[in-house]
Amino acid sequence: MRLQCNNEYTMQIREDGSRVAITGTERVKRGMAQMQKNGVIMDVINAEQAKVAEAAGAVAVMALERVPSDIRAAGGVARMADPTIIEEVMKSVSVPVMAKCRIGHIAEARILEALGVDYIDESEVLTPADDRYHVNKREFTVPFVCGARNLGEALRRIAEGASMIRTKGEPGTGNIVEAVKHMREVQAQIRKVASMSEDELIAEAKNIGAPIELLLQIHKDGKLPVVNFAAGGVATPADAALMMELGADGIFVGSGIFKSESPEKFARAIVDATMNYKDYDLLAKLSHGLGTPMRGIELSTLNDNERMAERGW
Amino acid sequence: MVSEKRLNIGVLNVQGAVSEHAEFVRSLGDNVVLVKHPEDLDQIDGLIIPGGESTTIGKLMDKYQLSETVREKANKGFPLFGTCAGLILLADEIEGNEKAHLQLMNITVNRNSFGRQRESFETLLAVNGVAEDFPAVFIRAPHIVEFAADVNVLSEYEGRVVAAQQGNLLVTAFHPELTEDMRIHRHFRQIVDNYKKAQQ
Repeated sequence: MRLQCNNEYTMQIREDGSRVAITGTERVKRGMAQMQKNGVIMDVINAEQAKVAEAAGAVAVMALERVPSDIRAAGGVARMADPTIIEEVMKSVSVPVMAKCRIGHIAEARILEALGVDYIDESEVLTPADDRYHVNKREFTVPFVCGARNLGEALRRIAEGASMIRTKGEPGTGNIVEAVKHMREVQAQIRKVASMSEDELIAEAKNIGAPIELLLQIHKDGKLPVVNFAAGGVATPADAALMMELGADGIFVGSGIFKSESPEKFARAIVDATMNYKDYDLLAKLSHGLGTPMRGIELSTLNDNERMAERGW
Repeated sequence: MVSEKRLNIGVLNVQGAVSEHAEFVRSLGDNVVLVKHPEDLDQIDGLIIPGGESTTIGKLMDKYQLSETVREKANKGFPLFGTCAGLILLADEIEGNEKAHLQLMNITVNRNSFGRQRESFETLLAVNGVAEDFPAVFIRAPHIVEFAADVNVLSEYEGRVVAAQQGNLLVTAFHPELTEDMRIHRHFRQIVDNYKKAQQ
């Protein structure tokens, strides 16, 4: 028998010697993300792309109806993908499958959990369903990843139960500048918190809107309590290596693979670059003759209302 | 708990829970070598293959020419410890049509045999000769379906074999590195220590 974690149960051995098993614990949910470290998670829209991603060495795939650059182009309201696509992807690969729900859309999240996806991305790439509250992710057995631009945002998401954090970047632009900004901001704030005194930490908790318990933990450990990936703008192997250099635990690539001229080559090269981001000779070799990357958007040409990273709080 | 004689223990540094294992090795007073190239294997007395995505790790081990060297060494008794994906990588056979990787341990494994992530769980397990109450974290975990006569079953959960040892090869379907419990790592350390002494 397996119990769902609701904090009432602890691991134990019953009097008859049998063992209580618990699903959805913090350790099980965060641990799943730890297993993805140094890996690349790729956006796919069908079984064929999922197989290309898996063959290239992706550690997971994100099943979507459209990649972010097409969501941008299409406009209108972007919602959870049709379960037909998600199930098609789940059947086609053995690596974990993630899927996106709208910010605050509890029902979409429950549907994805019921489908059996391995991780839910409560994502600003889709149109938010709630302008004030994110999903209470603690109530779910399936783990969640959420985007963050800074430490306060990351810790609010972790407080809500996110088991993995990623930079927001600016999805679908093929422009790495926002992801760099968000990763640097989080890392700089972690360093600052690590060197603060306790009274300063309480003021900092108020300043950045983060729970003091989590700040105390970061002060002690010098790092986030969950894995932190880079996302939103990765288009080349060098982009992936840059984000790893800045302290990312791994990489999400959205439009960067299947909007490039040769997805197989880009996928393999980005996987290699992520795992060997300090091997510059290899990076040079990997960057040769890949063909044209996704086109990309200069951010100053985006209107404020076209910026996905501003969604959520 | 620094031992008199430090061992050099490698952690395969391709993908997955590398830093967690490395921290355990350090806590047990040994030196950690992060292994990515065949020559890194020359410096170590035993190797840990961490959890991660077995397909990804397997592919990259081939690509970085690690598979062949690890196989050669292990055939001469070099100790290996595989957790979850590491267990799958060591197996002779994988159920279904999937190609096996290192084919070092005489076991057949079933991947993701406890279901998808929402079915992942933790429980306390008895591990023969190691612990009666080991906190075992199963994440999309495999289990051992069949095994040769000289494979020593160390732990079972609901009738499925989830930890085993064959000579100097140790495998667990669960993730000791996600807990604070170092008893299985200490057990592996003992295997490495014995191997090193026998070599001298």
